Amino acid sequence: MGEMEELRKEADNLKDQITEARKVVQDTTLQEAVAGTTLVGRVQLKTRKTLRGHLAKIYAMHWGTDTKLCVSASQDGKLIVWDTLTTNKVNAIPLKSSWVMTCAYAPSGNMVACGGLDNMCSIYNLKGKDGNVKVMRELAAHTGYLSCCRFLSDSEIITSSGDCTCILWDIETGTEKTIFAGHLGDCMSLAVSPDFKMFISGACDFTAKLWDIREATCRQTFSGHESDINAIGFFPNGNAVITGSDDATCKLYDLRADQELITYQDSGIMCGVTSLAPSLSGRLLLAGYDDFNVNIWDMLKAERVGVLAGHDNRVSCIGVSSDGMACCTGSWDSFLKIWN
Amino acid sequence: MSSKMQSSNNIAHARRTVQQLRIEASIERIKVSKASADLMHYCGEHAKYDPLLMGIPASENPFKDKKPCTIL
Repeated sequence: MGEMEELRKEADNLKDQITEARKVVQDTTLQEAVAGTTLVGRVQLKTRKTLRGHLAKIYAMHWGTDTKLCVSASQDGKLIVWDTLTTNKVNAIPLKSSWVMTCAYAPSGNMVACGGLDNMCSIYNLKGKDGNVKVMRELAAHTGYLSCCRFLSDSEIITSSGDCTCILWDIETGTEKTIFAGHLGDCMSLAVSPDFKMFISGACDFTAKLWDIREATCRQTFSGHESDINAIGFFPNGNAVITGSDDATCKLYDLRADQELITYQDSGIMCGVTSLAPSLSGRLLLAGYDDFNVNIWDMLKAERVGVLAGHDNRVSCIGVSSDGMACCTGSWDSFLKIWN
Repeated sequence: MSSKMQSSNNIAHARRTVQQLRIEASIERIKVSKASADLMHYCGEHAKYDPLLMGIPASENPFKDKKPCTIL
């Protein structure tokens, strides 16, 4: 097996090259760079609204771009679109499969999507002619559960799956445009860059990957976590990526320096991170944990500056509205809460 | 699967891995000092527009329930 041995050697060489190249640019650390920056003052957010209506665990939520509507998915088999200001349910959509794990709101506000153990991504048209919300497309090709989905537009959506791949779909034809393969474990989460040119995925192989949507390639791979990555998001300027893991930490990776800048951890936190969202300026990182709390971190100083305690079970999802005015948390206790 | 198929699958996988590592090794990297400075600058520039960071006055908070006023 001469070729196999050569390939293995070349792979090891390349990995060493990458490690070296990352060290070469490490002229300082983020920790040193922010030594002179003052820690953010204690952040105390209050629950302003509680969205009641789901009858079982909530697994996902996503804000609409209009900043007052959001969609949530629960294993009671429903997608609910909420007006977060009035707490009214704008739509309550019954699902064919109640084993839903993710949901998404299209940037246009015209559609929502969801999926889960049915291995499919179902697209619903909210603005149908007769006012009824119907399934528009069922995107089927994944051979594992749908863990996350995000719309690029009304005609394209990206999904991540337990089959270790992500797929870019053409919604109109219901077919796969691009399959992004490379992860060695279930893909758990994805996030699209602010300019819509890239997306990142976090997986059970403990790595995060940056993908070029149009070139259909993996540009970079980030390691360091010691367990599954459950949550992932972009820093608001698109130049850095934040991950949350079962290893109880969140990490910040810079895309242009191609390396981890800092880890958000505390000896008192021993449970997994389920979800995360940055505040509008990127200075705050809100992360949901298995211990029913949300911890608020100063993203630059990597210290905890607040806690949101209010749920009676695991916080499974979190999102900050696009104008930064509010944070929404969803929980296994069946409620969503709006905080600011 | 015959062992020949298995080993050619393994070789194909190893080739793909090397191919991918070549792509990742060849990217341009900026210094951590510059990356950190840019993040700090972005946070600094946008802090005043960040409601969760700055706090929201009650009168401007659309989520805060307005208490009824009584005119005495």
